Amino acid sequence: MKPSVAKAIEETHAAISDVVGVREQTTLQRLMASQAFWVAVALLALVVFMTWLEPTFGTADNATNVTRNFAPLAIMSLGMTVVIITGGIDLSVGSVMGLVAIVTGLLLTWHYSWYVAFAAGLLAGLACGAFNGFFVAYIGMPSFVVTLGMLSIARSLAVVISGNQMLYQFGPDAPIVRAIGQAKWPLHAPAGWAPRWIPEFSSHFWVMVILALILGAIFIFTAWARHLYAIGSNENAARLTGVPVDWIKFQAYVFSSFTASVASLLLLGYSGSAINAMGTGYELRVIAGTVIGGANLMGGYGTAFGAVIGSAFLEVIRNALLMAGIDSNWQGAFVGMFIVIAVLLGMQTSGTSLVATVREWVAWKRG
Amino acid sequence: MALLDVRSISKSFGAIRALHDVSFSVDAGEVVGLMGDNGAGKSTMVKLIAGNFPPTEGAVVVDGKACHFHRPIEARAEGIEVVYQELALADNLTAAENVFLGREIKKGIWPLRILDKQAMIKRAGELFAELKSETRPRDLVKKMSGGQRQAVAIARARLSNAKLVLMDEPTAAISVRQVAEVLELIRRLKSRGVSVMLISHRMPDVFTVCDRIIVLRRGSKVADKETAATSPEQITGLITGAIREA
Repeated sequence: MKPSVAKAIEETHAAISDVVGVREQTTLQRLMASQAFWVAVALLALVVFMTWLEPTFGTADNATNVTRNFAPLAIMSLGMTVVIITGGIDLSVGSVMGLVAIVTGLLLTWHYSWYVAFAAGLLAGLACGAFNGFFVAYIGMPSFVVTLGMLSIARSLAVVISGNQMLYQFGPDAPIVRAIGQAKWPLHAPAGWAPRWIPEFSSHFWVMVILALILGAIFIFTAWARHLYAIGSNENAARLTGVPVDWIKFQAYVFSSFTASVASLLLLGYSGSAINAMGTGYELRVIAGTVIGGANLMGGYGTAFGAVIGSAFLEVIRNALLMAGIDSNWQGAFVGMFIVIAVLLGMQTSGTSLVATVREWVAWKRG
Repeated sequence: MALLDVRSISKSFGAIRALHDVSFSVDAGEVVGLMGDNGAGKSTMVKLIAGNFPPTEGAVVVDGKACHFHRPIEARAEGIEVVYQELALADNLTAAENVFLGREIKKGIWPLRILDKQAMIKRAGELFAELKSETRPRDLVKKMSGGQRQAVAIARARLSNAKLVLMDEPTAAISVRQVAEVLELIRRLKSRGVSVMLISHRMPDVFTVCDRIIVLRRGSKVADKETAATSPEQITGLITGAIREA
């Protein structure tokens, strides 16, 4: 290109640097449009309100309990988010927890060392994930069907292998297993240095934090995550541009089972026992938390922060209802309502108001 | 020497003969229109060149090299890119992210290989400027007009330095103003020495940008004429079969 021509182009189209700098949304606007942000705000408001209403809610002890209760669900929500971003769903996570717990528990009762038992449990979980991933990604079956099958298979295997017994007589490594599940940090005096007002966070909580940070970094910085979002939005497009769609979907299901296995091992350590019913019904709670945190069941959207905050929100509501003295049978109704509200709010991300969306829906239904 | 040389290609699907002894060539920097009624064999022709399946008989010669494509990725390696009718874009990603989808620029050392977002946004911005498109690299594709989407898809083809871009009905579902935008994009490609094969139903578009028009009817080539040497009436006649051959 001749310099004069280049200059002319530069004059008319000098704007590369300008255009490149233009962001469609400022960071603040993006925050305002994010469902996870609003759920976090709601969560904060709820916590403040409950603390005012019921002083025992705001104590460090209750914070320890609440964070420990939701951590396993949040860990699984991280895995579920990855699957849901691809436009799939994993219904098998609760059953995988049961199977992992039984495999690990059995090896512990046979006096294997804790790391052998944990590794075997993890392997069993990953095998379930590989089964899901293979049939969904490579055979092309609907994820709903495959993971529904695995929900049944894994639970049944857990019952069969355990002989329908509760396993609790763990061998010599029982104290280590329990220490892993019950560890806390930072400890209050006299054992530790922390003042009274800092909650003693459980190992469950810290594992969740670490996994969430890692997954968050993966979502922001890697091509793998970008492919994940592309698959969820337009699988055909991803395939045409040379993205290894099948392999990435396979990995998503394996990762989901991995998080279920980790959650299972933590709960096993905490209770010091393994029951084959562990995780029954968890799949729905995990999916609820994921969806409340802003993941879209149609695929293409979801964040690590959302997965954690959605699970936390569900647990805080449960805890708040208990503390407020409301009959625990009401929990389901409240949780269900919040799922519907959250998804309704999630439909706002395109910028239309809630009223407009509702009107559109009504018109569409009539039309 | 022609960039693309299609030599007496036939393609059968079982008993159905989709293409019968079709030959033509495309020179570098040439814009060729491929026209025909539904079922005339246009899509089959595009898919053959794009490498979706091999021909039953005949050969596709690219730059003097006979190619036997079995997968689109092999055609892409020879510099043939397709801008698909459904555009193959991911709505939830930005323009730059779509341009680089599957070909991301990364930095750092394994295992910490992370995306070089700045480099990708800058390169995408350059590509859009080269196409004189007002598309901004950081904008979400979801909110873009049909013309801008075409620009993103074409920028993706430019990224790999494609020698031949096949465009399947790029102006079928967009507004008049955007059609002008897309035709301008095609001219920009031509000025960069890229050949374009435009598959379209829209007579005015083909006559505006194409140097040459090829007409297929019932799997056979019935015309291969310079745009200047023909008229929309004649081409219509050739497509419908009112004129047998020209």
